[in-house]
Amino acid sequence: MVALTPISRTAPSFYVPVVAAFGAFFGVFIGTGQGSTIGGVLGGAILMGVIAFVLTKVAKNERVSRWGLTLLLAIGGFALAGLPGLFVGAFFGWFFGFLIFWLYEGRYRAKVAPYLTPGQVLWHFSFRTLCGMIFFFLIAPIIIVMPLSFNAENFFTFTPEMLRFDPAGYSLKHYRDFFTNDAWQDAVKNSLYIAPVATLLSVSFGTLAAIGLSQPHVPFRRAIMAILISPMIVPLIISAAGMYFFYSRVGLQGTYIGVVLAHAALGIPFVIITVTATLVGFDNSLTRAAANMGANPVTTFFRVQMPLILPGVISGGLFAFITSFDEVVVVLFVGSAGQKTLPWQMFTGLREQISPTILAVATILVFISICLLTVVELLRRRSERMRGMSPS
Amino acid sequence: MNLTKTLMASTALTVAAGMAHSDGHMASEMTIVSWGGAYSASQQNAYHTPYSEMTGVKIINDESSAEAVSKLRAMNEAGNVTWDVVDVVASDALRLCDEGLAMEIDPDTQLADAPDGTKASEDFGDLLVGDCFIPQIVYSTTVGYRTDLVGDTPPTDICAIFDTDAYPGKRSLEKRPIGNMEWALLCDGVEKDAIYDALATEEGQQKALDKLATIKDDVVWWSAGADTPQLLADGEVVMGSTYNGRLFSLIVEQNQPVAMLWDAQMFDLDGWIIPTGLSPERQARALDYVMFATDTQRLADQSKYIAYGPARKSSAPLVGKHAELGIEMAEHMPTDPENAKNTFLYNYEFWADYRDDIDAKFQAWLVK
Repeated sequence: MVALTPISRTAPSFYVPVVAAFGAFFGVFIGTGQGSTIGGVLGGAILMGVIAFVLTKVAKNERVSRWGLTLLLAIGGFALAGLPGLFVGAFFGWFFGFLIFWLYEGRYRAKVAPYLTPGQVLWHFSFRTLCGMIFFFLIAPIIIVMPLSFNAENFFTFTPEMLRFDPAGYSLKHYRDFFTNDAWQDAVKNSLYIAPVATLLSVSFGTLAAIGLSQPHVPFRRAIMAILISPMIVPLIISAAGMYFFYSRVGLQGTYIGVVLAHAALGIPFVIITVTATLVGFDNSLTRAAANMGANPVTTFFRVQMPLILPGVISGGLFAFITSFDEVVVVLFVGSAGQKTLPWQMFTGLREQISPTILAVATILVFISICLLTVVELLRRRSERMRGMSPS
Repeated sequence: MNLTKTLMASTALTVAAGMAHSDGHMASEMTIVSWGGAYSASQQNAYHTPYSEMTGVKIINDESSAEAVSKLRAMNEAGNVTWDVVDVVASDALRLCDEGLAMEIDPDTQLADAPDGTKASEDFGDLLVGDCFIPQIVYSTTVGYRTDLVGDTPPTDICAIFDTDAYPGKRSLEKRPIGNMEWALLCDGVEKDAIYDALATEEGQQKALDKLATIKDDVVWWSAGADTPQLLADGEVVMGSTYNGRLFSLIVEQNQPVAMLWDAQMFDLDGWIIPTGLSPERQARALDYVMFATDTQRLADQSKYIAYGPARKSSAPLVGKHAELGIEMAEHMPTDPENAKNTFLYNYEFWADYRDDIDAKFQAWLVK
C-alpha cells in the first residue's frame, strides 16, 4: 500500500501557508508571554512562512537545514527567556524542521491510503492534531503543578532560580510540611478513615440493589432505580444542604458516621450502574443450577454470582472510593472541623493561604491515583485471563 | 470462602472502629473558628496551645470565618450549633449580634482585668463595638508595592494606585466597595473629613466609581487575603491592597522585594463572638476560653507571631520581638505612630446603613 501511494514534492503555495498557520498558533503563546498577542500571531506566521520557503528553495539540504533551524531557534529562545527558552526554542526548531520537510517532500501522504481525496487527508491529520491538543490541554494543568510543588519559595511562582535549573531554587520543604503539619496529617487520617468505610457500605448496598433490580419480577424497577441514582444527578449542593438539615435533626451532623453515610449515598449510584452493566452478561441459569444442587442463596451469591460480577463490583467500588476521597461540598456541610478531610483542607488552604503545600499534596494524590488505577486494571486483566475471557 | 470471610471480617472491624471513633469526646473538645493561614497559626501558638495545656481541653480549628455569618444562620435554623468560639471581623459581629446569633458579653464581669486592675471595658475602650464582640486585634488594609517595579521614585501616598502614568502595571484591589470608595474620593480631591458625607450621596458614590473607572482595566480584583501576596510575589501586579499582616509575612518572612505604603491604611477590628444556643457547659467553657485568650499577656503574645496590634491598651507595652526572627514587632504594627500618620477607621455606622446599597452599585459597576 505504501509503495502504491505516489510521493512527490509539493508546491510552496501549499506548505508555506500551513507552516505559517502553525507558526501563528505557537506565536500566540510566545506573543502573549512577551506582551503582544497579535504581534506574536503575525510574527510567528511571517517568520515561519519565510523560513519554510528559504529552507526548501534556497538551502535545500534537509539535514543541514533542520539542524540549522534548531540551533537558530534555540539561540533565539535563549535570548528571549534564558535557559528554559533555549530548550523550548530547540524543540520548536526540531518541530518546524520536521514539519517543513514532511510537507515539502510529500511524506505526509505516505502513510495514508492512496485513494483518499485531499479533503480526507486533511481531515485525517486535523483529527489527529485535534485529539493531541485535547490531550495536551487536559494533561498540561496537572503536569504544571508538579515542578511547582518543588518550589523553594512559598508562592505559586516559577522563580528565576527554578527557570535556570539552579538546585537552590528547588526544595522538598512543601513535602516536609505536608508530612509534619498536624492539620494535613489529621486530614489524611480522616480521609483514609472515611473513604474506605463509605466505599464498603456503597459496594455492599449498591451490589445488593443492583442484583435485586436486575430481577425481572421486581415491581417499579425503573422508579426505584431512578431514586437510587438520584444523588448522582441532583446538584451536589442541593443534596448537601438537604443532608445538613436532616442530619442536624437526627444528631448525625458533625459525626464520622454522618459523613460516612453521606458519602455512601453518593457512592451507591456508581456501584449500581457498573454492577447492573456486568449483570447484563450474567447467565441466571447458573444460580438456578447452584440452587438445584442444594446451595442456599447466600452460598450461591458468594460462590457463583459474586466471582463472575467481581470486575463490575471492583470498578464500582473504585468510583465510590474516589467520590468519597475527592468530595468537598457534602463534607463541608455534613462534617464539622473534626472530620476535616483532605479535599476540605486543600479547599481552605487554597482560599486562605496560597501555599505550595497544596501542590505537593496534589502531586502525591496524582501518583496515588495512577498507582490505584494501574493496580485495578492489572487485577482486572488477571482475573479475565484466569477465567479464560481474553485470549492472552 | 476466603473472600467472604475477609469481607465480613473487614466490615465488622470498620463498623466497630466507626462506633468507637465517633462516640464523642464532646466533653473535652471545643471547636474554634478562625481565618486559617498565618493568623490561625498565631492564635494556635498564643492561645490554643497554652489553654489546652492548662485545662486539657482539645481545640479543633475550623477555618470557616469567611462564611461565619451564613453558617451560623444555618446552624441556628437546624438547631445544631457545633461551633464554640468564632473569630469574626467587627462588622460581622454586629450583624450576628443584631440577629441574636451571638451572645452578649459584659466586659467587666466576663473578661479579665488588666494587670494593674483597670477594668476591661476601659482597657479596650472605644474598640468595644457592639454588645457581643470581644476585640482581639487591630489590623489594617493597606497597600504593598514591588520595589523593583516602581522605578526610582517609590510611591509615598495612596493616590499612586490611581497614577498609572507614574506606576504602570496591574494593581490588585479588594472586590468590595469598602476602602476602595474612600481611597477613590480622597484621590479625587475630597477632603478626608468630608468623605463619608460625600459617599452618602448619589453624586459622591458616582464620583468614587468614576475615579475607580479610570484604572478599571488595570485592576485585578481579589477576594481572599492570600491573593495579593501571591500576585506581588509573582510580579503580576506592581501594587495591591491586602491585610498588613500578610504584607509583613511577605516582606519580612518571605524576603520578597515588596514595601509597605502605610498611607491611608484602613483600620478594622477582629475578635471573638460566642454563638447563642450552646449548652450551659459548652457556654461556660467558651467564656472561660475567651477570658483566658483576651487577657493582657495573651494579646501581647499573639503579636510575637503576626504583625497585628493587640486590642488592649495595657498590651501595647508588652509587645516584644518576633518569636522566630527576633526583630522588634512594634515598628511593624499598623498602630505604630510612624505608620499611622494618615489612617481611616472602618466606619461601622456608615457601612451598616449604606453597605447593601453601595455594594449593589459596586457589583453592577464591576460587570459593566
